[in-house]
Amino acid sequence: MRTIETDVIIIGGGATGAGTVRDLSLRGIRAVLVEKDDIAFGTTGRNHGLLHSGARYAVNDLESARECISENRILKKIAAHCIEDTGGLFVTLPEDERTYHDRLLEGCRQAGIKAEEISAREAFSIEPNLNRSIIRAIKVPDGTIDPFRLAASNVLDAVEHGALILTHTRVTGVIVEGTRVAGITCEKDPGELINIRGRLVINAAGVWGQHICSLAGIELTMYPSKGSMVIIDYRINGVVVNRCRKPSDGDIIVPGDTVSLIGTTSKKIDYDKIEYLNVDDDEIEVLLRDGEKLIPNLSRTRVLRAYCGVRPLVDTPGKQAGGRSISRGIVLIDHEERDGLEGLLTIAGGKLMTYRLMAEMASDMTCLKLGIKAECSTHKQPLPGSETKISPKKHIRAFTGIPESVVGSTLYRHGQRVRNILKKDKKNYRIICECEMVTEGEVEYALKNLNVKDIVDLRRRTRIGMGPCQGELCAYRAAGLFKELGPGNQSVKSSQLLRDFLEERWKGIKPVLWGDSLREAEFTYWIYQGLFGLGDIDFTKRHGPDEGGDR
Amino acid sequence: MINLENISFDHCIKCTVCTIYCPVARNTHLFPGPKQSGPDAERLRIKNPRLVDASLKYCTNCKRCEIACPSNVKIADIIQDAKWKYTRVFWFRPRDFFMSRTDLAGSAATMFAPLVNFVVSLTIVKLLMEFFLRIPSARAFPTYNNGTFTSWFKKIRGHQGGFKNRVTYFHGCFVNYNKRSLGEDLVRVLNSMKIGVDVVREKCCGVPLIANGYLTRARKNARYNIASLSEQKKSNSGIIVTTSSSCAFALKHEYANLLGLDNSAIYSNTEYITKYLFDRFEDGNIPDMKPVHIRAAYHAPCHLERLGGVMYTIDILKRIPGLDLVILNSECCGIAGTYGFKKEYYKVSQDIGQHLFKLIDRANPEYVITDCETCAMQIEMNTQYQVIHPVTLLAMALK
Ligand SMILES: Cc1cc2nc3c(=O)[nH]c(=O)nc-3n(C[C@H](O)[C@H](O)[C@H](O)COP(=O)(O)OP(=O)(O)OC[C@H]3O[C@@H](n4cnc5c(N)ncnc54)[C@H](O)[C@@H]3O)c2cc1C
Ligand code: SF4
Ligand code: SF4
Repeated sequence: MRTIETDVIIIGGGATGAGTVRDLSLRGIRAVLVEKDDIAFGTTGRNHGLLHSGARYAVNDLESARECISENRILKKIAAHCIEDTGGLFVTLPEDERTYHDRLLEGCRQAGIKAEEISAREAFSIEPNLNRSIIRAIKVPDGTIDPFRLAASNVLDAVEHGALILTHTRVTGVIVEGTRVAGITCEKDPGELINIRGRLVINAAGVWGQHICSLAGIELTMYPSKGSMVIIDYRINGVVVNRCRKPSDGDIIVPGDTVSLIGTTSKKIDYDKIEYLNVDDDEIEVLLRDGEKLIPNLSRTRVLRAYCGVRPLVDTPGKQAGGRSISRGIVLIDHEERDGLEGLLTIAGGKLMTYRLMAEMASDMTCLKLGIKAECSTHKQPLPGSETKISPKKHIRAFTGIPESVVGSTLYRHGQRVRNILKKDKKNYRIICECEMVTEGEVEYALKNLNVKDIVDLRRRTRIGMGPCQGELCAYRAAGLFKELGPGNQSVKSSQLLRDFLEERWKGIKPVLWGDSLREAEFTYWIYQGLFGLGDIDFTKRHGPDEGGDR
Repeated sequence: MINLENISFDHCIKCTVCTIYCPVARNTHLFPGPKQSGPDAERLRIKNPRLVDASLKYCTNCKRCEIACPSNVKIADIIQDAKWKYTRVFWFRPRDFFMSRTDLAGSAATMFAPLVNFVVSLTIVKLLMEFFLRIPSARAFPTYNNGTFTSWFKKIRGHQGGFKNRVTYFHGCFVNYNKRSLGEDLVRVLNSMKIGVDVVREKCCGVPLIANGYLTRARKNARYNIASLSEQKKSNSGIIVTTSSSCAFALKHEYANLLGLDNSAIYSNTEYITKYLFDRFEDGNIPDMKPVHIRAAYHAPCHLERLGGVMYTIDILKRIPGLDLVILNSECCGIAGTYGFKKEYYKVSQDIGQHLFKLIDRANPEYVITDCETCAMQIEMNTQYQVIHPVTLLAMALK
């Protein structure tokens, strides 16, 4: 058994864990992050990537609203390449309660969010596809944030500052010595056991935090609330469109990279179901029906896939539980104080976009506990890729000869790091994923630098297979490249990587199988089963539980 | 933002059949092909117009991709639209300006036709044009008529009034300035079938304007033509015919799909000539013909294929007695209107055509027959055969 010694152990590679390991590394503290699957595999990779302005909380939860707007401003600076400053709208439909509009304006004023009432005409010029019957509109500084990129660049920076990241490594036990947590035991993918000993363990396992606590012999109750979303083939809207009403199902459409996402639903589920999530038909129906009320053209557009995530809402005494009315506030628990167990912190709740603040809070507490004097710098220090302001025009010119769409897309995904990726060598910019313009060079960069174990991981770093064909054309090319450039561990055959990737895509397509998606799926089936006979290959390795599909 | 009229890209299932059929992609690596330039890239351009690829300019708008597509994606329209909407075009383009103003250049040239034809054929002039205008010196130019078709028609107009059944003939620029004889042949053929011909005021159909990005001008011409043609409809059989497959394609499809105009007034009664003749022949109105004793190879132009008109031309040809007809495999000739007249595309254009030229040589014909004027130029320049229009062949067969 391998043993690793470190100062701080972080459990969970979501945005919160990734942010925390970066924060600590920047402060010069040794840290190891352990993630059972891949970076952003959990809730971080299953939301709609809204960079809240805070307006959505301005009526019910001023505290969250204030956190949002302050983080909104910080992230726009430090994570520019993961963010698109699209702006957002709140629109009132004739059937909506009129007073909500005024309450929202007032709430925004109190929270310090720049919300501006505009005419319906102005709203149409900002968003031409908007429902023409809206009666009032408010402009807010909403934006979009790419969770995969965000988590990956936090991890990249941490690694560049000396942290160790173990993905596909599951925490199986918490080592408790007396009243002190001394480390964890974990299992790396094919049965390799690792002991990690450290002075402090941070539980950043999101909704799985309940399980981690139980491993340490203490109790923490989560209120898992499932939210489903639907992805539309292309960017049907340019700005975030919110329905101006009390938060409920299907009231937001977020443009995200090349697609748009309709969100979301809210269903309380049992904790033991969180590994076996499925999008239900009634959820899809509600999302499409209400989404269409915001942007009527949705009804004529292809739906690519549906997926769901679980909100990691923590049951803290005093706060009311259940669904959306409970605050999504940040919860930082010092288990020494709460349970008399030294050396364990839990950081949970919050939002994707408050990940940095959550990391800062957890890191501050860590410093306090370990008696280290080090200041947080994550609010000033840009993430790798966002070092300087990005000028697409300049970059496109710098890479003359490579198609503009390739340069632009790579730049959009990797910011400044585009210089480590693109080369004017034809092999380098051969296109692997034609929908999202992912090149061989980008795949190579991801395989060598971004901790990628399989094609599903590769997708989270590059958007491979996330376009309309859902892997039809890129999957086998990527599998081939894995063989050529992939990590040394070749215990898994590329044909199996291919199968697993297609299976993962298939999970999200299944709930929306009609129209063009169905035709596309038929065609994909025809290629991979009819032509390649992929389904007939017998892979001896068993498959993990159904993870409910991913973004 | 998004042009909601053309969201056909959403139906693409990425089968890549279109790219297999694209003559440009097959001959140069500089063009990634219709799938990538059309439906794939459209999603990116909607996200950010800056992601537009300069390589779009290589598309000839031949529409072969659209014929191949099983999902009815308007690929070529998407590409043309993006080409002019998102790429920045320098306003000062003297060559493109003159090339796209076929009517302007034509009306000037026909006045001094012998002189113009002579001057343009001089090597020194060709070299100067290559240097200053980037027009390849190896390119053969169409010759100009001595006098326009319309001025000839004026002389015979009175006679046409004698026919009770008359059609409107949209002659197009090429017949008017370069190949008056084709217009004359058409009048002879129709008259022999007891059908008269009306000609209205018309402007260039707009195909070269669209190809060179003068969309506002093209729209202006289109509106003029729609108005003028629908006006004439009232006083004759109401049918409009053309002898140019590209003019017909523009009137019927490009006006609505690419220029976004309402052409319903002329849509259903505008026909490429062989379709019109086919219907008359079916009704039993067949002119008296004598055997021609000719071996000919037929090349189907891309735009006629897109129009679905090839079978009518073939049917008409088959009815000409004594014609030994070889129907060539479908290949693009490569000229694509003004495309083959530009230095930057000349090589691609010639490379595309090679497949066709080989087929023609193998067929060993006396004549090549094709419906399109620019296909004819390309084939005449690259092979030793004379190229004639189906209507001209019909005229040759008249007793
Ligand atoms: C439907 C929906 C929409 C949302 N929309 C938004 C939005 O638009 N904007 C926004 O800001 N927020 C949004 N959120 C909230 C946001 O997604 C979450 O708050 C945030 O992603 C939580 O991140 P996390 O890192 O705390 O948890 P997670 O991302 O869940 O990370 C926990 C990680 O721990 C790992 N783990 C679990 N058990 C173990 C173990 N035993 N060993 C090792 N690793 C383990 C998991 O694999 C996982 O990767 C949304 C949430 C939902 C559900
Ligand atoms: S119109 Fe012709 S040249 Fe253009 S993409 Fe289609 S097939 Fe290729
Ligand atoms: S032929 Fe049609 S469906 Fe197939 S890739 Fe081309 S545009 Fe898409």
